[in-house]
Amino acid sequence: MRLELRGVTKRFGSLVANDHIDLVVEPGEIHALLGENGAGKSTLMNVLYGLYDADEGEILINGTPVRFGGPGDAMAAGIGMVHQHFMLVPVFTVAENVVLGNEPVRPGGLINLAEARRRVKEISDRFGFDVDPDAMVEDLSVGAQQRVEIIKALSRRAEVVILDEPTAVLTPQETDELIAIMRQLKDAGTSIVFITHKLREVRAVADRITVIRRGKVVGSADPSASQTELASLMVGRAVDLGVHKAPAQPGEATFSVEGLTVLDPNGVTVLDDVTFQVARGEILAVAGVQGNGQTELTEVITGLRHAAAGTVVLDGESLEGRSVREVLAAGVGFVPEDRSTDGLVASFSIAENLVLDQYDRSPYARLGVLRPGVIRENAERRVVEFDVRAGSVEDHASTLSGGNQQKVVLARELSRPLRLLVASQPTRGLDVGSIEFVHTRIVAERDHGTPVILVSTELDEVVALADRILVMYRGRVVGIVPAGTDRDVLGLMMAGVPADEAAIQAAEHHTALGSADHGSAVQEGGEAL
Amino acid sequence: MTSTSSSGTGAGDQTPPVAAAPEPAAAPEPAPAPGAPTGSRWRQVALEIATGSAGVTVLAVVLALLFGGVLIAAADPTVQAAAGYFFARPLDLFGAAWHAVSQAYAALFSGAVYDVEADSFARGIKSLTETLTLATPLILAGLGLGIGFRASLFNIGAQGQVVLGAVFAGYIGFAFQLSAPLHVLLAVLGGAIGGGLWAAIAGVLKARTGANEVIVTIMLNNIAVYLIAYLLSLHSWQRPNSNNPQSPALHDSSMFPLLLGDGFRLHAGFLLAIVACLVVWWLMERSTLGFQFRAVGANPEAARTAGISVATVTVWVMVVAGALAGLAGAAQILGTEGGSGLTEGIAGTVGIDAITVALLGRSKPLGIFFAGILFGALRAGGVVMQARTGTPIDLVLVVQSLIVLFIAAPPLVRAVFRLPSPRSHVGAETPSALTAKEVRA
Repeated sequence: MRLELRGVTKRFGSLVANDHIDLVVEPGEIHALLGENGAGKSTLMNVLYGLYDADEGEILINGTPVRFGGPGDAMAAGIGMVHQHFMLVPVFTVAENVVLGNEPVRPGGLINLAEARRRVKEISDRFGFDVDPDAMVEDLSVGAQQRVEIIKALSRRAEVVILDEPTAVLTPQETDELIAIMRQLKDAGTSIVFITHKLREVRAVADRITVIRRGKVVGSADPSASQTELASLMVGRAVDLGVHKAPAQPGEATFSVEGLTVLDPNGVTVLDDVTFQVARGEILAVAGVQGNGQTELTEVITGLRHAAAGTVVLDGESLEGRSVREVLAAGVGFVPEDRSTDGLVASFSIAENLVLDQYDRSPYARLGVLRPGVIRENAERRVVEFDVRAGSVEDHASTLSGGNQQKVVLARELSRPLRLLVASQPTRGLDVGSIEFVHTRIVAERDHGTPVILVSTELDEVVALADRILVMYRGRVVGIVPAGTDRDVLGLMMAGVPADEAAIQAAEHHTALGSADHGSAVQEGGEAL
Repeated sequence: MTSTSSSGTGAGDQTPPVAAAPEPAAAPEPAPAPGAPTGSRWRQVALEIATGSAGVTVLAVVLALLFGGVLIAAADPTVQAAAGYFFARPLDLFGAAWHAVSQAYAALFSGAVYDVEADSFARGIKSLTETLTLATPLILAGLGLGIGFRASLFNIGAQGQVVLGAVFAGYIGFAFQLSAPLHVLLAVLGGAIGGGLWAAIAGVLKARTGANEVIVTIMLNNIAVYLIAYLLSLHSWQRPNSNNPQSPALHDSSMFPLLLGDGFRLHAGFLLAIVACLVVWWLMERSTLGFQFRAVGANPEAARTAGISVATVTVWVMVVAGALAGLAGAAQILGTEGGSGLTEGIAGTVGIDAITVALLGRSKPLGIFFAGILFGALRAGGVVMQARTGTPIDLVLVVQSLIVLFIAAPPLVRAVFRLPSPRSHVGAETPSALTAKEVRA
């Protein structure tokens, strides 16, 4: 099936999310749609999938214009979509999920589960998916759930499968498996639209790359283009993907966590006997797939959550059992992983957000009375220092872009003397320019002699910033390895394989992405991010 | 890789022209000026008023009065009669309707602002003083509820807090004998404490156990009603030589001074309401406590992450809200009711109407002040309207309800008045701000 989008335009109010986009997906092609967050990739795919109505332009299938009133029409036309957040019912089996909305029926209106199982089995076997039709979806790993989504699309005879940021939730090994699946689908004649902002993946798997920036197609590229070229195209200016940092000069270890164990409200162990130390002037990166206890770790350190056992000590002072306020007062800076929920008050001004955790301290308040002049002056200074692009410091934080919001959070946390910085997913959802800035500031804080804990699920970020890497899996520390550890080893550790074993396994089998790295390293004569 | 370079890999041919000329890394420019000259600031303000919440509020009131007019006409016997021969003489119907509506609203105005039929200025202006008198408890209780709303606490308990405020203030008023300024001050303080303590029950329950404040405060309202009934059955609370459930009359020393002399009910409680507006504004905008209130209200997660104790804030919000509602109760018993003592109906429907006032005033002190005056006016005018034109005072309730209805549905009001949606203006700013920082393609 040849899919073509012609001049597709979608506006939200006066914001043009898609501006006359042309796109052709040839049969059996893996077509990568590359762009930063907010570039309009997802909007375009939602138009294609019938979720949005385009304001202008048309969709052609095999040269014939079609109109989709909803996802049902798109599915009927052979377009399947795997959303970033899976659309599965956790308490249903794989087979039930796959046929949901399209159930084979026996006489009397009963669902023909045997037929459903057969469909799953058939597709699963054809592509070697190894999915049990009778497994509960909630018991499956994220990678397996994604395969269920793909089966769901294929079971409706999708000839074009849209994958929306499919690797965001996967370990490197799972990503590797997904890439293998994508290639199999392609060989079977299915086209794939692969939406992503990750350059290395695009280069590993795409046949063609279309780059979108600010709702416009700004060019297409060949997968052999270098990452730097792709990044420049995506961002619209020259980009330096490397992080410049001098080797760490670790001082004494002033922060330590020992035997930390945390239970969730249901009594399930979410953090299991975690022990590590961080030295002054060192970045300890906490790597792992989302949801393996990293969030809980940062919450315990900052006092948002209480530990069942273990100690947290900063500069000889115990932190556990203290309130958030006391922990912050002890000199802990915290960049929470979800800035819009935990980091900012959207309806507060930028100036107020910049003192959100210091509003009652000198010089911002005296005797319980705020000093708006001082707060404003502080904001004017920080906005310049941290390059926050804002109209006025009195504007609501919600008017800022994601990158600028994150700069506000950073500006607040880094604007007081710190004895520990905990940065959780500091660049999630940011554009390349903001990522550079955030990384630079974190490294600067390290060079200032502050111990830094960086929690990130992006391996690129971990590799770029870490002085040491702690890998977490299911609430436990799999191992702490030096910076420069092979990505494949880290990937295996993120799946729970101990460091030494991971090293052996990785030596035997390189992942596709790992190989791509090695290839490009030779080509470009240096280590790319 | 330390510097950018587009040379190198095999993509040279494929690379589209866009990438061929990388620009130098964008130098951090200073934050761009708002872009618009100050002149357009007024335009902005005008737009804000017309399309924003304040404008919608005013238009909602207008719309509600229009609908009220239709109802007045429909209920009027002359209009009904004229409708019977509409096709014979259609103008009769409109004439009759106009007459009914204009008479009713004229009476409403006479009762609320200035009685044009009065024989002296003093009698005429009495209407306005009645409006202000009736507005006083609504403003005070509304301020308390507004604080709660801004802190995301849907406190429905003003009624009970008003009752407790009146109980405390009333008891101090009739049970003690003190000299004038001290007595009234103590009684007022007692009212605030009574309301504050009552509300604190709900606050502590919510903070400690996560109990839903809506349910808890509604239940506390019921308990307050029975509490006052119980108190009035006690011997020490009973008025001597009376079989009615009514407390002894209050000592004059405990009463709010009348502002305009004996002919008018307007008392110093109204001044208290004005001061309370200023204090609440200061509390919310200038104090660190108010900062906490607002932060917890706007985003409890972020507030918690920033070290603010949500539980503590919850209790304080309820205490402050309850204290203000308690002041409303004090204003009732120490002023409006003229010292006749505590009765079961002392709170009237103040606590319920105050919810509407707080919503109408958008939970901001100035808004609540005017909303309270408006409701006071509707109430004062409604009485006169009923007396003079026979239009039932219930119409006032309908108008009040319609106001809330329209405010709850801003898009409806905008559609009626064909106003642009405010979002499109916000949208117009964002992309231009974006393109300003990083141009080209």
